[in-house]
Amino acid sequence: MPPAEVLEIALRSLAVAGGATLLAALFGVPLGLWLALRGGGGAWGRVLLYSGLALPSVVVGLLFYLLLSRSGPLGFLNLLYTPWAMVLAEATLAFPLIAAFVLSGARGRVEEVRLLVRSLGGKERHVLPTLLAESRRTLAAALAAGFGGAISEVGAATLVGGDIRHHTRVLTTAIVVETRMGELQAALALGAVLLGIALLVTAFLVILERE
Amino acid sequence: MRLLALLVLLGPVLALRLATTTSVYDSGLLDRLLEAFFRETGVRVQVLAVGTGQALRLAERKDVDAVLVHAPSLEREALAQGTTAEPYCLAQNAFLLAGPEADPARVREAESVLEALRRIAAQKAPFVSRGDRSGTHLKELELWEKTGLKPQGPWYLESGAGMGQTLVLAAEKGAYTLTDLATFLTVGKKRGLKALYTREDPLLLNQYAFHLVPGSPGEGEARRLRAFLASEEAARIVAGLRVEGTPLFTPLRGRCVFPLRP
Amino acid sequence: MILQAEDLTLTFPGFRLRVPRLALAPGEVLVVLGPSGSGKTTLLRLLAGLLPPEGGRVTGGLRVYLPQTPPLLHRSVLDNAAFGLLLHGVPREKARQRAQARLKEVGLEALAHRPAHRLSAGEAARLALARALAVEPEVLLLDEPTANLDPANALRVEALLRRAAEEGRGVVLATHNLFQARRLGHHLLFLHRGEAVEEGPVAEVFAAPKDPRTQAFLRGEMVF
Repeated sequence: MPPAEVLEIALRSLAVAGGATLLAALFGVPLGLWLALRGGGGAWGRVLLYSGLALPSVVVGLLFYLLLSRSGPLGFLNLLYTPWAMVLAEATLAFPLIAAFVLSGARGRVEEVRLLVRSLGGKERHVLPTLLAESRRTLAAALAAGFGGAISEVGAATLVGGDIRHHTRVLTTAIVVETRMGELQAALALGAVLLGIALLVTAFLVILERE
Repeated sequence: MRLLALLVLLGPVLALRLATTTSVYDSGLLDRLLEAFFRETGVRVQVLAVGTGQALRLAERKDVDAVLVHAPSLEREALAQGTTAEPYCLAQNAFLLAGPEADPARVREAESVLEALRRIAAQKAPFVSRGDRSGTHLKELELWEKTGLKPQGPWYLESGAGMGQTLVLAAEKGAYTLTDLATFLTVGKKRGLKALYTREDPLLLNQYAFHLVPGSPGEGEARRLRAFLASEEAARIVAGLRVEGTPLFTPLRGRCVFPLRP
Repeated sequence: MILQAEDLTLTFPGFRLRVPRLALAPGEVLVVLGPSGSGKTTLLRLLAGLLPPEGGRVTGGLRVYLPQTPPLLHRSVLDNAAFGLLLHGVPREKARQRAQARLKEVGLEALAHRPAHRLSAGEAARLALARALAVEPEVLLLDEPTANLDPANALRVEALLRRAAEEGRGVVLATHNLFQARRLGHHLLFLHRGEAVEEGPVAEVFAAPKDPRTQAFLRGEMVF
């Protein structure tokens, strides 16, 4: 595979996974914090959330395929076999991961923050933004986990993206193609690029969290 | 912003979506054909390499505008159901039996492919099947049926994988397998597999046909592609694809080896 | 009166808090004295409005509560000090200015940009006080503010509390330290197992405690 194509695929992986992580965080972080504020959402809340972590990615991919297919309810959006569809599917998979991480990390500090806010005459509505500001480390871990999940996603990505060369091919689906053709060395090389990206992004998040 | 939305919405209409099987895709034939098609018409074709079954299912759901497959029995069904239309027999090549140099079942000496398979079964020599309902797999099952044998047992392995991967597995296990010529030349030979049964045999013929998906958004572009595939230039490209001097395909120019229309 | 409570009751498994009346005038220091487990923290939280009473009510001006170990946020000393003001809607720059002034009062202005979690216990206690005072409360409710401090820091904090009272704020101080009660308090309320056993001006209660439980505690014989 020519280096230019490897770069193209790598950038696409980064963009799709990055977009998916941000989209998932948009919903997952508030949900995690909200559940933390309400004492962890109770047993049912946690069961629901943690089972979201066990969602098989191919099932999510299949569901989105059926949804976005031209004969499906959202077919008119023409999103199937585009990178946007991949962002949606990957975001769905990353969302419970991010929410669970945030919930788990924030739960420990909720009471303390609540006490502080109220003892200074603040209102309950001040607790969430304060908790958010206090959860930097948790947030970084959650985003890293979400991104890691998104960029290594292959089942759903193939089903809704179609692995179309120059259009929806990403590192993981490219690895599958190379392996399928028996080109194991090329597959490994792509795998190394994938790992490299994951490492870079994680390092970036850790640096951000320290500021 | 509105322009972007428009482009996002129009994009899929301006491109043509073609579903094909992994063995066609991996041979590189499509790249060449579609490159020439683009030069001539400016139409970009998006290719999805999926299994034969999935390709036809996508056609059913109108998620693709055309298919290029090699499973005549399934194709006939699709045509009858109206899922696809106007098939054009584009190319043919042959399957062959590949296996280890040692050739424990003495496939080299078999007089027919059916006899070769019988020898493999009798010997219980390791055999790797695609096991994925692909065109190649369906051909393999058809052959076993004709031998009257049911391949079963620890010697019969199903990889559920693409042709290249299956060849890698066969090479690892010193097993026989049914493969198309193109993938064998690009992958199998490199790994020490030998072409053991290569006689011309009508049973081993592999026919690739292009179908339109009627009622799909890209039907118009699909017709242009069909016209291109029926042209002299396309035939030249098909005949010109070689590995180590061996042509991988023979153009059919619409003359189907396995009849598709009722 | 800047703080008043009537017929306060709250039941917990194990004991029942009952305080029939409580009144605090501006500039006054009320010491809530009692052994551990007597309900001092609960009373303070009730007065602060952090707990709803079962019976009775609390009325008064702006109250700020400082728990025994005041929580610090993962930010600079200055931003911690300004936090209370931000909660009350003061714009960030203004909040920082006022917080800086308070830090000067408690002697922490040099540490304004240090991360708060790197402070010593004494510095943290002073930061909490600066944060509380920045909000200009009418009443300060402090739960054992010097329990974890060395004598030098304890005295510094006491000086700050005295000054807060002189500025006209009401101070309610929970402690089990008799000497501190004597030093700082104007009025005293003695709690035992949730019950308001005795109250009155500090000097009087110490000189002539009426209830045998008060007497036992003042003699140093009661632990809980």
